[in-house]
Amino acid sequence: MRIPYYPGCTLSTKAKGFDQAARQSFAALGIELAELKTWNCCGATFPLSRDNLLDLVGPVRNLVSAAAEGDKLAVACSTCFNVLKRSNLVMRNEEDKREKVNFFIEADYAGSVQVLHLLEILRDEVGWDNLAKAVKKNLADLSVAPYYGCMFLRPPKEMGFDDHENPQILENFIRALGAQVADYPHRAECCGNYIAAFDLETTKEMSYLILASARKAGADLIVTGCPLCQFNLDRWQQDLAMKHGGFRPIPVLYDTQLLGIALGLDATTFDLDKHYVDPRPILAEKGLI
Amino acid sequence: MKRIGVFICHCGINIAGTVDVKRVAEALKDYPGVVLATDYMYMCSDPGQSLIRQSIKEQNLEGVVVAACSPAMHEVTFRKASAQAGLNPYQTEIANIREQVSWVHQDDKEAATRKAIEHIKTIVEKVKYNESLIPLSLSLVKKALVIGGGIAGLQAAIDIATAGYPVVLVERSDRLGGHVGKLSGVYVNFNAARDLLESKLQAVQENPRIKVFLETEVEELGGYVGNFTAKLKHRGDNGGEPTFSEHTFGAVIVATGHSLRPLSKFGEYGGGRYPNVIDALTFERMLAPDGPTGGEIRRPSDGQVPRQVVFVQCAGSRDPEHHMPYCSKICCMYTAKQAALYRQRVPDGQAYVFYIDIRSQGRDYEEFVQSAMTEHDVLYVRGKVARLYEEDGKVIAWGADTLTGKPVEVQADLAVLATAVMPAEGAVELAQRLRIATDEHGFFSEAHPKLRPVESLTAGIFLAGTAQAPKDIPETVAQASAAAAKVLSLFSQRELVAEPTIAYVDEELCSGCGLCIPACPYQARAMHPWKHKAIVNEALCQGCGACVVACPNKACKLRNLTPSHVLAMMDAYLAEV
Repeated sequence: MRIPYYPGCTLSTKAKGFDQAARQSFAALGIELAELKTWNCCGATFPLSRDNLLDLVGPVRNLVSAAAEGDKLAVACSTCFNVLKRSNLVMRNEEDKREKVNFFIEADYAGSVQVLHLLEILRDEVGWDNLAKAVKKNLADLSVAPYYGCMFLRPPKEMGFDDHENPQILENFIRALGAQVADYPHRAECCGNYIAAFDLETTKEMSYLILASARKAGADLIVTGCPLCQFNLDRWQQDLAMKHGGFRPIPVLYDTQLLGIALGLDATTFDLDKHYVDPRPILAEKGLI
Repeated sequence: MKRIGVFICHCGINIAGTVDVKRVAEALKDYPGVVLATDYMYMCSDPGQSLIRQSIKEQNLEGVVVAACSPAMHEVTFRKASAQAGLNPYQTEIANIREQVSWVHQDDKEAATRKAIEHIKTIVEKVKYNESLIPLSLSLVKKALVIGGGIAGLQAAIDIATAGYPVVLVERSDRLGGHVGKLSGVYVNFNAARDLLESKLQAVQENPRIKVFLETEVEELGGYVGNFTAKLKHRGDNGGEPTFSEHTFGAVIVATGHSLRPLSKFGEYGGGRYPNVIDALTFERMLAPDGPTGGEIRRPSDGQVPRQVVFVQCAGSRDPEHHMPYCSKICCMYTAKQAALYRQRVPDGQAYVFYIDIRSQGRDYEEFVQSAMTEHDVLYVRGKVARLYEEDGKVIAWGADTLTGKPVEVQADLAVLATAVMPAEGAVELAQRLRIATDEHGFFSEAHPKLRPVESLTAGIFLAGTAQAPKDIPETVAQASAAAAKVLSLFSQRELVAEPTIAYVDEELCSGCGLCIPACPYQARAMHPWKHKAIVNEALCQGCGACVVACPNKACKLRNLTPSHVLAMMDAYLAEV
């Protein structure tokens, strides 16, 4: 199976390991993630003001590119996924905006592409049972805390593929890989997002709530599908350990990195060494790398 | 030829502002059969009506056409006026020149005037063929069906039976009492709910006119006001096959109560996932002496007495984005009661109530809420709870105090959600079986929100209690008594009177093909048992005319709207003016 694939900026620069793990893992599962021939930045935020049509131009150009290559578009990054999926719904459902944006970019696009997150493809195209069968490594001794963040699930009426208050897709993913799910309450709480740019202390504390809670639930590591969440959760743990006595830093992996490891792929291209909290010791201790 | 009078109403300027009423009167004056054509400012007023009565007598009129507003407004008025003057009311007809003429042709007075003339001539032709009809009288079964054995159904049954009429009370569960039977004490005096209920249960048991069927549902309801036929489904013993029984009733009261929005719908509060996040009815059972804890407040996870309890009001109410848009009405009051009772029983415990605003409308209600704050030291926090989660054996509530503008976190042992009041399970399906309407949420709709609050839109079916909308015990009991009073005023009549302008069958022409039977939307058509002719159930027929269209032999006709009527009307309408 071949699915057009939108990597996005972060996966092409700071989070290459996320991208590599995605492509290799899906190839191992028989799905070619075929990078779009042309693509640009998704815009990074979905425009919320009603008359901001210009910010739809970026994401819609990507959707137009995708439509030329197939009827689906696979996305790994939660933020790109959020912006592309919501922009696609605008093109599908809002005639006035559709006409103006199409006129501006000289296209004729009406939201035909199905924007899919990689986890959705694993759930709906591969299936958890088939994924479990493809797993090569034994993760039974690994406790993994799922972390959703906001972009992946909200707003629920538009994202709408899992219960935003009690999501299960990451849990099912972790179980399919054979690992333990660490149940903690803050798996869908905000990490601090862009607040980091102007109020770093707030972001740190918001992240700390999540990290400490996951640790308390016995997690060995956290998985997420969002580069910004990954950065916010990963980056400041040394500071937090200095501030909050007794806090032990916890590695934050991308979901595709854990997938690749479970599928028995060579993890050397997954950039595990680029994480601020090195995940290699715990993975080695569990016999996974 | 019939002597017909035409009365043209100005309706102030509603008609006369567009239609030249003088010209209309002039045009009708010499029309064949018309002996009088006159106009008046307001025909429905007392002088207008007396003009009609006087003219009937003086001119010896045999037919009357009132050119005025829709017959839905004043047909009854003018027929009554005619009857007072000794004219059979079915010789009086309305020509609607307001809704169908003046209001829709305001920009073309000439066309409106011509249309009014044509319209009135058409109705004059109809009146020429009208027969003098006598209203039908229908029998009336003076026995009531009450659906639902909660406090509303009990009260309605008691009132009807006390007045001397038999009542069948059906309840689908295995006991009477509904939600009131599950409560501890009630606001505003903490009286035991059990005692309130017992007095009603005793009255029901002692009244020989009330027959109670437990574990019974209404499977089918046919018929009409005065003559409903109900098929009741009784649950079989030990899971065996259900049994059925058939009954006839003159009136039905629907008192099926409510349900609560399930905890599982509250993902933001971990409803269904965290044992110490419970709904208020579960807490009520803890407070009740006959409850699972024998009246002791103990949290579900470990049976400990909770030292900090968070009460969350408006859980699922007033939240159009995620839950129900309406106010559930009872929660402000019972939350105050529950928090006060908690503080009485756990004197060193702390109760927090998160609220949007307090709605305490009722006698002594506001004072009651104030006493929860002042005498029982319940801490009221104005703001919504955003999230509840359990960690380290605590239920942690994140909320906002909108009076200080600060976020609030409470580490509690137990959280109690005042979950939204919802229609009872199966309410919409029951409404379909009873042919009554529901609102968009599934509560049964009243006929008029202000003037007919206890009637459904189906004659003879009345509503009581929370099946219609959220309400508390006194309101429920009041509405149940009101519904019973409606039933009693129905039963006080000797017989029911119905309009005679319905379908009939010309047996000479009927070939017994039966096409009219499926055509009828009211199940008013059947075959005669041995004549092989179609018959009309006069009580069910609404005079819609579907059978007339279906009949290939023109054997089926509507009274005072026969083919002769219609052809004459069309001739008049299509004639050159």
